[in-house]
Amino acid sequence: MAETPAKRKLPGSLEINRQLSQWLTINKDGSVDMRPGKIEIGQGILTAVRQIVAEELDVNIERVKVTAASTPTSPNEGTTSGSRSIEESGIAFRFAAAEARELLLARAGVKLGVSIEQLTVSDGVVKAPSGATVSYWDVTSDDLLQREATGEAKPKSHTQHKVVGTGAKRIDIPAKVLGKPVYVQDMETAGLVHARVVRPPSQFAELLSVDLDDVKKMPGVVAVVRDGRFLAVVAEREEQAIRAQARLKRNAKWKEVAQLPEFNPRYLLSRTPKTEVISEKKGDAPVKANEGKEFSAEYTRQFLAHASLAPSCAVARCDNGKYTVWTHSQSIYPLRVELAPALGVPEEDVVLHHMEGAGCYGQNAADFVATDAAVIARAVPGRTIRLQWMRDEEFQWEPFSSAMVVKTRATLSPDGHVSDWNMDIWSHGHGSRPGRTDGKSNLLAAWYVEKSLPRAPTGNPPLPGGGSHRNGLPIYDFANQRVSNHLIADQLLCVSSLRGLGSQTNVFAIECSLDEMALAANADPIAFRIRHLKDPRAVAVLEKVAQMAKWRPKEKGANNKARGVGFARYKNAAGYMAVIAEVELGEQLRVTKIWSAVDVGQIINTDGLTNQIEGGIVQAVSFVLKEEVKYDRVRITQESWDDYPILSFTEVPDVEVALINRPELPPVGAGEGTQGPVAAAIGNALFNAAGVRVRDMPITRERIVAAMA
Amino acid sequence: MEITVNGRTLNVMAEAETPLLYVLRNDAGCKGVRYGCGLGQCGACTVIIDGKPVQSCDVPVSAVAGKAITTVEGIGSEAKPHPLQAAFVEEQAAQCGYCVTGIIMSAKVLLDANPSPSDTEIKQALSKNLCRCGTHLRIVRAIKRAAAEMRS
Ligand code: FES
Ligand code: FES
Repeated sequence: MAETPAKRKLPGSLEINRQLSQWLTINKDGSVDMRPGKIEIGQGILTAVRQIVAEELDVNIERVKVTAASTPTSPNEGTTSGSRSIEESGIAFRFAAAEARELLLARAGVKLGVSIEQLTVSDGVVKAPSGATVSYWDVTSDDLLQREATGEAKPKSHTQHKVVGTGAKRIDIPAKVLGKPVYVQDMETAGLVHARVVRPPSQFAELLSVDLDDVKKMPGVVAVVRDGRFLAVVAEREEQAIRAQARLKRNAKWKEVAQLPEFNPRYLLSRTPKTEVISEKKGDAPVKANEGKEFSAEYTRQFLAHASLAPSCAVARCDNGKYTVWTHSQSIYPLRVELAPALGVPEEDVVLHHMEGAGCYGQNAADFVATDAAVIARAVPGRTIRLQWMRDEEFQWEPFSSAMVVKTRATLSPDGHVSDWNMDIWSHGHGSRPGRTDGKSNLLAAWYVEKSLPRAPTGNPPLPGGGSHRNGLPIYDFANQRVSNHLIADQLLCVSSLRGLGSQTNVFAIECSLDEMALAANADPIAFRIRHLKDPRAVAVLEKVAQMAKWRPKEKGANNKARGVGFARYKNAAGYMAVIAEVELGEQLRVTKIWSAVDVGQIINTDGLTNQIEGGIVQAVSFVLKEEVKYDRVRITQESWDDYPILSFTEVPDVEVALINRPELPPVGAGEGTQGPVAAAIGNALFNAAGVRVRDMPITRERIVAAMA
Repeated sequence: MEITVNGRTLNVMAEAETPLLYVLRNDAGCKGVRYGCGLGQCGACTVIIDGKPVQSCDVPVSAVAGKAITTVEGIGSEAKPHPLQAAFVEEQAAQCGYCVTGIIMSAKVLLDANPSPSDTEIKQALSKNLCRCGTHLRIVRAIKRAAAEMRS
């Protein structure tokens, strides 16, 4: 038998989806189909990858049609998260399209009787030096891309880019502003019925009794589902389902237990962690006792909610034991892996189609509602079930972002350098995405149905990206350092990933500590940071933001107004982000302006990138000033936007963003890098305004008052 | 019960206390009226009735019988978008876009009464609309652009 040669490594997601035809089809009718496995969540990713395809193929962007991800037809690109879509999907398309172009040119060359090097292309029309032309659409055929990618076709150099690096308009926005049915919430088919679930009043409650009969008799009710502790209603009309849900809720009697932690992130310190030293560096000059000044502090953050504007929704059908689910999950392939065993069927019997939902900023309840809908479809086969979670359900049952505690201890040497840095991070895991194959599950309903699956522990994506330890390693050059991560694997509140994961709290801790030491060293905070940075790109964003904001070295606040700095390189490997925040302390702490300088390597879509950064900044301000999940020892107590307020139109700061383009460097994602630097800049600005440090987030009026007392 | 949506009268078989939102979405087919909270807190479901912005999740259908209801579908189309819709595209004033239809309706009421609003007036007019994606600043810019367009 011939030996199979080792497969060569292919760029981005091409590595695991090696057939060119999985990605692209060049059609005879003059169009190009592209099938990303990544999904649109309002970040504009589909527009950006479309630009890349149009660029490499040399066709007008309007010719390129994007098909939404779907398990039967798309390449498996895992989860759309961690700002990795450009690195994975964008790069795969870049190489796939470059190779498709070569294949098309080879055919065109034969037709025109000239060698490839002599050909030029404009919008899919290939021209020989004689002026003779032939188009892609003439030479394409079904088998053109039925082959494995070689990864050898050379993409264009950035100097040739005409489409990439511009502000191409998003393809999805026109339909959205016209109010077209673009979200999974809007799906409509003949015979569609409406479902609602009835969850326990709290996670660990036992179902004592429930009366289904009078609910069954209500107008429009199609079915009342009871599967273990999982309860649901299905009705012809949506409002009928809502009324039936209310009745069933009253009919169910539960026994609750007080199992939630105390309403203070410091409870994490008393739980048994899995401890791991994630960085240890001993310089040539070990720190001597009593040389230099020591700084130590403790930073915390409460649980946060994704709080998508739309409660989660899914549509599902079960026909002869086979399932079809329409979902706004960020992970259709991994979800299928875990959904199939939860339903007790093989993976091939589950088909998932992605449809957009509202922005999710991480793992919200998308995967949960999809599972719920499938479980209901199993009980009501042959009907199309639309399940819409209600607002209170979303606020109580979405997976939250873990509370965190970070302790720092640092030494400032007499020459004004950080000579020793110690940091300890306590948190639950930040990754509970679906895709498990160990018989455990994170899909809410799977814990409650009759044939339940055990609840999976929480975990973290591994370093260097990391989860609770994301950005836990300072980017600065400190002579000695030791960082430990203490993972609390159990989940008392249900947790998963939210924009930035642990980076927000870690960067907050690092950057506030740095400001304190800069002050003690009588140094300007920006100059003090630069003193500890070797990377010119890091220095460049700091200098840029200082220039934008007309930062004055060692500037002080006045009249309760002041500014502060924050900086990080996301995941220590992706985008660089420097931020200056201006705050005003009145009745409340207000953030009035944010300046930000950003370097994410090559920019694919300038306007899309700015949009992402602006959005990230505004959301970060909301996190820092306002947000915390409310709970007592028994229940999650928040039910509405009154209980979980977010930044409103009248509170939004001005935002100014400067982009540093590095067309010669690979593009990296941008959506999540703002969280930490913004938090730190606000904390530091508050100190400059009021002379107090608030180290617990959210930075509320009560905490500021307490710190000033 | 009869209701009039975007100039079209339809007969609905819903109970009197049904929130208008569900009738608009499921009977009138106006999916641009979005469900965000059902509690009158987020503005995703905003429509215009008698020239005022109304959160359609928060009124029973029986209360609007005989009144003229305008939804986002009634103010513009692909071929002829409302200046606000055109301006939202021009300014790329959406991330997920879930909030924008409700916001466009609140903004329309504002611009109908005040053709040159200040930033503060725009923000005030949107005090009942939430956006979770942080698109606020672009949205304000888009409304100013639409106002200028409508004045000229
Ligand atoms: S859905 Fe009506 S205000 Fe939120
Ligand atoms: S654009 Fe997503 S909520 Fe406003």
